[in-house]
Amino acid sequence: MNMVKPLIQVDEKGFYGKFGGAYIPEMLHPNIEELRENYESITASQSFQKEFKSLLKDFVGRPTPLYFASRLSEQYQAKIYLKREDLCHTGAHKVNNTVGQIILAKKLGKKRIIAETGAGQHGVATATVCALMGMDCTVYMGELDMARQKPNVERMRILGAKVVPATSGSKTLKDATNEAMRQWINNPVDTHYIIGSVVGPHPYPEMVARFQSVISEEIKWQLKSKEGTENPDIVMACVGGGSNAAGAFYHYYNLDQVRLIAVEAAGLGIHSGKSAATTALGTPGILHGSKTLLMQTEDGQVTEPHSISAGLDYPGIGPVHAHLFDTGRAEFLAVEDEDAMKAGIALSRTEGIIPAIETAHAIHALNMIEYKTDDIIVINLSGRGDKDLDTYIKWGGY
Amino acid sequence: MNRINNLFHTKNERVLSIYFTAGYPKLEDTLGIMEAIEEAGADIIEIGIPYSDPIADGPTIQESNLIALENGMSMKMLFGQLKDMRSTIHIPVVLMGYLNPIIQFGVEEFCAKCKEVGVDGLILPDLPMQQFLDEYKEIFESHGLRNIFLISPQTSEKRIREIDLYSNGFIYMVSSHSITGAKSGITEEQISYFERVKAMDLKNPRLIGFGISDQETFQKASQYSHGAIIGSAFIKILGQTPENQKEAIVAYLKKVKN
Ligand SMILES: Cc1ncc(COP(=O)(O)O)c(C=O)c1O
Repeated sequence: MNMVKPLIQVDEKGFYGKFGGAYIPEMLHPNIEELRENYESITASQSFQKEFKSLLKDFVGRPTPLYFASRLSEQYQAKIYLKREDLCHTGAHKVNNTVGQIILAKKLGKKRIIAETGAGQHGVATATVCALMGMDCTVYMGELDMARQKPNVERMRILGAKVVPATSGSKTLKDATNEAMRQWINNPVDTHYIIGSVVGPHPYPEMVARFQSVISEEIKWQLKSKEGTENPDIVMACVGGGSNAAGAFYHYYNLDQVRLIAVEAAGLGIHSGKSAATTALGTPGILHGSKTLLMQTEDGQVTEPHSISAGLDYPGIGPVHAHLFDTGRAEFLAVEDEDAMKAGIALSRTEGIIPAIETAHAIHALNMIEYKTDDIIVINLSGRGDKDLDTYIKWGGY
Repeated sequence: MNRINNLFHTKNERVLSIYFTAGYPKLEDTLGIMEAIEEAGADIIEIGIPYSDPIADGPTIQESNLIALENGMSMKMLFGQLKDMRSTIHIPVVLMGYLNPIIQFGVEEFCAKCKEVGVDGLILPDLPMQQFLDEYKEIFESHGLRNIFLISPQTSEKRIREIDLYSNGFIYMVSSHSITGAKSGITEEQISYFERVKAMDLKNPRLIGFGISDQETFQKASQYSHGAIIGSAFIKILGQTPENQKEAIVAYLKKVKN
């Protein structure tokens, strides 16, 4: 067989080109090794697949619609489809991954789950599957995020999870991730750490991407039935760590005719010092166990990011995105807080969908790209705006 | 001969290694703390290079990292402070830090600086063995730097043997499933782990660290190893005594050793 090796693929050491790997303290080696050795065979097994597919269908509510946004399309003179991950149970794509990881954790014999969360969507999705499986759940969340995503904190608590504030650093997602890693070191034996994005040491980035790849798997057949082709001209998604984008891009990574557009948070402006635009500002370094692009000082200290959306408020990106950026396979844009908020309100009024503020960044990016009339553009609508009502209300302007 | 190897050549019990974070509590404290540690009769000095995201560290060392960074500590400044350390410091000096600041400084330049100022070894918790072998071993060795590996109660016997094979200095035994930070006392479970590793008859000496805080825990750990490492408890002493730092260090270490 003469197979051409795809450009975007993880190698056996966990690298996407120059990025990835597993830079972890020795104390976590057995846990990571256990995962690395088992995740492929477990997730490929029939019993896993059967349970995963059944839960995605009946618990999560998949397939999520690929919705033709007619008024948005008219406005932008393109065929715009919204992949409705906001309609997943719990309100965002995050649950695709937590369903996969909880089944895996169970098959590995784990009793306890820990997780980090930024916007609280991953925390809620984790608390939800833990309730579903009767597993003990602790979620680490930055103190600042606990304040700005309060409803999600209460949702986690209603679901029976313990929410522990991360009080170091910027008190956001990065610090919550540090804390979750520390707690994993402290409880290595019976605990599984459900990472919420395509970040962390190998095999997490690839494992999470595979669980999220159901997004592009569905886009393919849904688009085929609507447009007669599996392949859109453009796929767009917002990037915090990059899991919804990885899921939306996954089956298109190696189809060069499909443009991939990743949208980061520019905060108050890329060069304002209050931004989370990692590819624009970042340099190669190591964060949370993988080599990737990250925002840092010359001295290698990780910079405090800023975004109005807690889910994008992260100083790094998953290694696969660093690789997509490095190879030029994906285009990276950055959208400011204000433009994202306006786009969120605009989408609410054009299509009757209030998006998560994370997602609103990707919506605004429609104004920043070039395309031909009638190009098919799929935007991954990663989540709904319920959790962001407070931020919308404070913002006003509607 | 490397000072670490030299030390264990002449002393193979109750070796005491002391960790502190460079730039804490005050920016200019580094050399003074080192001199006090040596004067008090400790055997190894571990200097922590402060980092914004120390994932293997508990609250005490996290806080000291944060304060050190706020004080303005940087890699460049640290090497500046250590420039003439060998005129007063004779015991082995080990730098402990996370990989990212070292990568940004430049691994080659970092190693060259270490050699220049007289650093003997490195403890880099987020540099795993395989990456060390693939990318770092050669350059560390060519600069006379000993890489100190960690093992934990979870580390398999096979892997401990491998780590022993690639170590040349000492092995850092993390005392329990834990990040750094002083827990009180040593449990039966920990002792059986200490005994299990002791019985493996490794070629490298072992120092036990994490949760060692006083005379009792130092004594106990030393029964099952070549000595122990104190970090968080020492940082707490530094934090409590901004004034007569030297006296406080000497008094504390004398008590631990006794
Ligand atoms: C709705 C939504 N979109 C996007 C993100 C960003 O995460 P990722 O980049 O992993 O998709 C989050 C994170 O919380 C989210 O809640």
